[in-house]
Amino acid sequence: MDILTLLVVVPVLTVIALLFTKDLKQSRFITMIGSIVQLGMAINLLFAYFRERAVNASIMLFTRDLTWFESLNIHYSIGVDGISVALIILTSVVVLAGVFISWKIDDLPKEFFVTLVILSAGVYGVFISVDLFTLFVFYEIAVIPMYLLIGIWGSGPREYAAMKLTLMLMGASALLLIGILGIYFNSNADGGALTFNILEIGKVNIPIEAQKLFFPFTFIGFAVIGAFFPFHTWSPDGHASAPTAVSMLHAGVLMKLGGYGVFRVAMFLLPEGAKHWSNFFLVLAVIGVVYGAFAAIKQTDLKYINAYSSVSHLGMVLVALLMMNKTAWNGAILQSLSHGFMTALFFALIGMIYGRTHTRDATKMGGLLKTLPFISMIYVIAGLASLGLPGMSGFVAEMNIFAGAFQHPDLFHRIISILTVSAIVVTAVYILRVVGMMLMGPITDSHFEHLPKDTWYERAGIYLLMIPIVGIGMLPLWLSNMIMSSLDPFIQRLL
Amino acid sequence: MNFSYTFLVPLIPFAVFIFLGFFYNRIKENISGWIGVAGLTSVAVLSYYTAIQYFYHTPKLDGKFQTFVYSVNWMNFTDTLKVDMGVLIDPISVMMLVVVSTISLMVHIYSMGYMHGDRGFTKFYAFLSLFTFSMMGLVLATNLFQIYIFWELVGVSSFLLIGYYYEKPSAVAAAKKAFIVTRFADFGFLVGILLVGYYLGSFDFQYLNGPEGIAAAQKFGSIFMGFSVIGLALVLMFMGGAGKSAMFPLHIWLPDAMEGPTPVSALIHAATMVVAGVYLVARMFPMFNFVDHGSALHIVAWVGAISTLIAAIIALTQFDIKRVLAFSTMSQIGYMMLALGVSGYDGHEGVGYMASMWHLFTHAMFKGLLFLGAGSVIHAVHSNLMQDMGGLHKYMKITSITFLIAALSIAGFPGFSGFFSKDEILIATFHHNRPIFYITLFVAGLTAFYMFRLYFSIFWNKKTHYHHTPHESPLTMTIPLVFLAIMSIVPGYFPFTEWVTPDKVGFHGHIDPMMASIATTVGVLGIGLAYFFYFKPTDYPAKISAAFGTFYVWTKNKFYIDELYLFVTRNIIFKYISGSFAWFDKKVVDGTMNLIGNSTVVGSEAIKGVQSGKVQDYAFAFVGGVIILVIVVIYML
Amino acid sequence: MIANVSIYEILTVSTLLFFIGLYGFLTRKNLITLLMSIELLLNASVINFVVINKYMFPDFLQGVYFSIFIIAVAASETALAISIIINLYRLKVSVNVDKTETMKY
Repeated sequence: MDILTLLVVVPVLTVIALLFTKDLKQSRFITMIGSIVQLGMAINLLFAYFRERAVNASIMLFTRDLTWFESLNIHYSIGVDGISVALIILTSVVVLAGVFISWKIDDLPKEFFVTLVILSAGVYGVFISVDLFTLFVFYEIAVIPMYLLIGIWGSGPREYAAMKLTLMLMGASALLLIGILGIYFNSNADGGALTFNILEIGKVNIPIEAQKLFFPFTFIGFAVIGAFFPFHTWSPDGHASAPTAVSMLHAGVLMKLGGYGVFRVAMFLLPEGAKHWSNFFLVLAVIGVVYGAFAAIKQTDLKYINAYSSVSHLGMVLVALLMMNKTAWNGAILQSLSHGFMTALFFALIGMIYGRTHTRDATKMGGLLKTLPFISMIYVIAGLASLGLPGMSGFVAEMNIFAGAFQHPDLFHRIISILTVSAIVVTAVYILRVVGMMLMGPITDSHFEHLPKDTWYERAGIYLLMIPIVGIGMLPLWLSNMIMSSLDPFIQRLL
Repeated sequence: MNFSYTFLVPLIPFAVFIFLGFFYNRIKENISGWIGVAGLTSVAVLSYYTAIQYFYHTPKLDGKFQTFVYSVNWMNFTDTLKVDMGVLIDPISVMMLVVVSTISLMVHIYSMGYMHGDRGFTKFYAFLSLFTFSMMGLVLATNLFQIYIFWELVGVSSFLLIGYYYEKPSAVAAAKKAFIVTRFADFGFLVGILLVGYYLGSFDFQYLNGPEGIAAAQKFGSIFMGFSVIGLALVLMFMGGAGKSAMFPLHIWLPDAMEGPTPVSALIHAATMVVAGVYLVARMFPMFNFVDHGSALHIVAWVGAISTLIAAIIALTQFDIKRVLAFSTMSQIGYMMLALGVSGYDGHEGVGYMASMWHLFTHAMFKGLLFLGAGSVIHAVHSNLMQDMGGLHKYMKITSITFLIAALSIAGFPGFSGFFSKDEILIATFHHNRPIFYITLFVAGLTAFYMFRLYFSIFWNKKTHYHHTPHESPLTMTIPLVFLAIMSIVPGYFPFTEWVTPDKVGFHGHIDPMMASIATTVGVLGIGLAYFFYFKPTDYPAKISAAFGTFYVWTKNKFYIDELYLFVTRNIIFKYISGSFAWFDKKVVDGTMNLIGNSTVVGSEAIKGVQSGKVQDYAFAFVGGVIILVIVVIYML
Repeated sequence: MIANVSIYEILTVSTLLFFIGLYGFLTRKNLITLLMSIELLLNASVINFVVINKYMFPDFLQGVYFSIFIIAVAASETALAISIIINLYRLKVSVNVDKTETMKY
């Protein structure tokens, strides 16, 4: 079996193995093994990719094509480029960290891990798919377990949050399906058969009217999961109610599907549509950037702060994608990765703090640096990474986005760019506000004077996420080269 | 000459930081202190070696000091716009190496005494090393982007060190304020950098400050109030510099930053980080000078002049000794800025630039000394307020004498280093901008006055009764004082005019007797007035302040600039902008989504009666449907 | 084929039968009566099958087969329905159709 299909098969095998487990210890052990294998394979894939890329110049590597449903020309068609490889590594790291963070989940552990692993299988599937239909199927597989994960293991108004999240994402999926079918039924514009294959459609010139019609459907369909203003409201409620590992996975990985889909499907397949609509969506995206940051200032619940911060950061991804140049695109992918690691880390830390103080209200906490030195220090570092401190991944990503955005000299793009850059100031405000309120200052509550220390599995999860953040931040060149080299087909098609 | 070993200068503190950071709870206090001092000593040795090699043993090229660049590619924005990491050796970076390593080493040694017994001792040294690493990286930067990277890093180390006593709410607030204000300024800086990167296609100082870069930059036409786009970019970059260097109106963070431990104030908020803005302008000086005929430099000059005046006036009325020193710092940096602002480029025209750099050097030494001396005093009496002090000369001879040397130096007393650098600034302003010259001269008098007000109030004046008899600080603290006292005199005799000039050629400097006598008169006048007011307890100060009335109250409250900022951020941005965004999100955006959700509920509520459960209703609907279909098929189709 | 009786007359009868059954099904309240009405409906269709087969396609026998098939289905259906009704009666002590509307929204 080829190394890409294995990425989906291993989670499935993990699920099967999980069915035979009896208690928390066994199920978390099985999941951990499965995730470690998955991480190993992802890293192996990275090296295999470099080896293969040296000798193979085609767009997608490790391709494989099996006919799935012949009469509609649906294939199980897979392949990866640098972008997908990077995102696959992100996924495997975040999943493993998520398993460590859910080490002590006591409520229905087996079912929890089964759902979590199914979700991850869907995400891997999306990243390796070259066929639109397969991609859509995997996308739904990734989205639907969220309902169970939030509805069953969540906290607070979880039914409401789960329902809201699922319905909004399903609504987006409906739009997306229209878009995909629109692309499919126009894929024979240059003669030839109808096809779902992204690479083949990538060679077709879909009629401009059709592109203009279907681009918004496809764009919004994907962008909703990327917290696109004004369709982002599922995100704060969803994150607030979700259990820690689910928040991590969701913000860290699932929300990346949005940007990825917009780029790979909407923009790559409908280039004229993208050009026609880019200014309109650019305005909405930049509103998301600024607005998310400002809204985050007013929140007191740590998870809400983080959710709005995600709206802001992922807004930057969309801004960068719509900026239509190589630097900005590179920044968008880097930002997706960086935000993935960073938010996962943030949510993990919030989970740890919540598990100890039993509150997520930043105003009720204080002086945690003294009682929880390690977790608090990492929180500060994560915060600094989030506000774009050099040496951390966020800085590299944001700078690429800004440098790309500034390559458009016209006034409209200048204003958009400057507004985007201004978010770094507001980000600093809301991050430092929380740090100052919650971690520094005097201890506000006598309960907080003696809190349990950090455990080995928590540290494992933290280090796992810290390494890529610092690694990308310090030595961005290899990663950025890998992504840049994968952008050529997009450049040919869109520029 | 090969200077590539200077890579080690930032990397040694970085290694120390990593080491102390990882083992922060496993190393004993003494050991981490010695590790820090050892690291910094090696850095200082390397820096001095570099300076000697560079200024004395490196042959000049066409009569100019050579520039050495060693760099590696760090990141590529496009195929042509690249970001390098590396070291750049030229006169000002070598000079800054000496400044930073000297002050940092002194602070490292001093802190072993000052921070003795503190819970976070190792953490403190780790942060100090982080700061030194960042500052060195900034100083040695080869391109604008590298300078920005380390610029942010020094900002963060400053944040961490100001908030070092994180249990004190005031320290937390100060740290936040410092970071956010400078971050706001950096926003301008970043936009400026990106504009330069886009229009000139490079971040590299060698290119930008070289003839090609200048020529490319001069091509752009004026787009806004006489500024070309590059000129605007330079103004924006200066905004970043003004933020870091606490220039009006972005100075509000500096006085509050005194909440940090005193050695930190000496290192970061007096000698090194706060002069980063000056260094930035100096680094980009050819650009500032040639683009738009130096319009941006005018702004630099006037911002510097206004800052120096305002700060000196406010310093007269403060009672917290560290705040007096903070405003004094702001005022002196204003000096450096305005000197840069009035400077020309070639030969003797570059005297302002030279004076600015020289003053940077001497100021770092004597202001570092003043802060460390103040720290020594605070260490002895456990208070920051002048009212709690007095008559300390009897108890702390070394501190008192070294403090006096520093005060004489800053007041521009002949023979001390401050006299020489200030004299050059006065000459530069006298020849290039008369209004600024008068401001500078006036401020020189004010400086002498408030410094000696400080000195006399602490060490002479009334005999305060102390709970514990104050005693001289330990050796680890007094050795840096003595060393810096020497450094407050000696640099005055360095041939700076031959070392540091904009065109790197150098000229033969001399003291203008006319200017020197004017400056000395003004300085001595200030000192004499202070002696008259403060050497012995008198009621003159109270009378004078009463005479100034409202103006005094305004000054004492720092012209209410802080309150204005607070009002804008808290009441306008937080409350209205941010609050209304949050409200809008909850009510309108989310409300719309909920409305869609609820409308399906309402709609299904309305039509659910159709499923009545009565089989006959269904049959009726079925039959009715069939009949309608039949009618349609027969009559309509 | 019956003498002097055209297909129209027989179809009229079966149509009448069908609508009587329909009317009964829609208006009666007693479940047993409903069942009887269904039988009327079925019988009307059985008559149609047979008659159309006989009058129009005398060479084939499908209509007849179908009528027998329907009768068989109707018988088993009746048996099933009656057993349901009896059980319902045990539960609700009524065979009134109004009492069985628990399966609604």
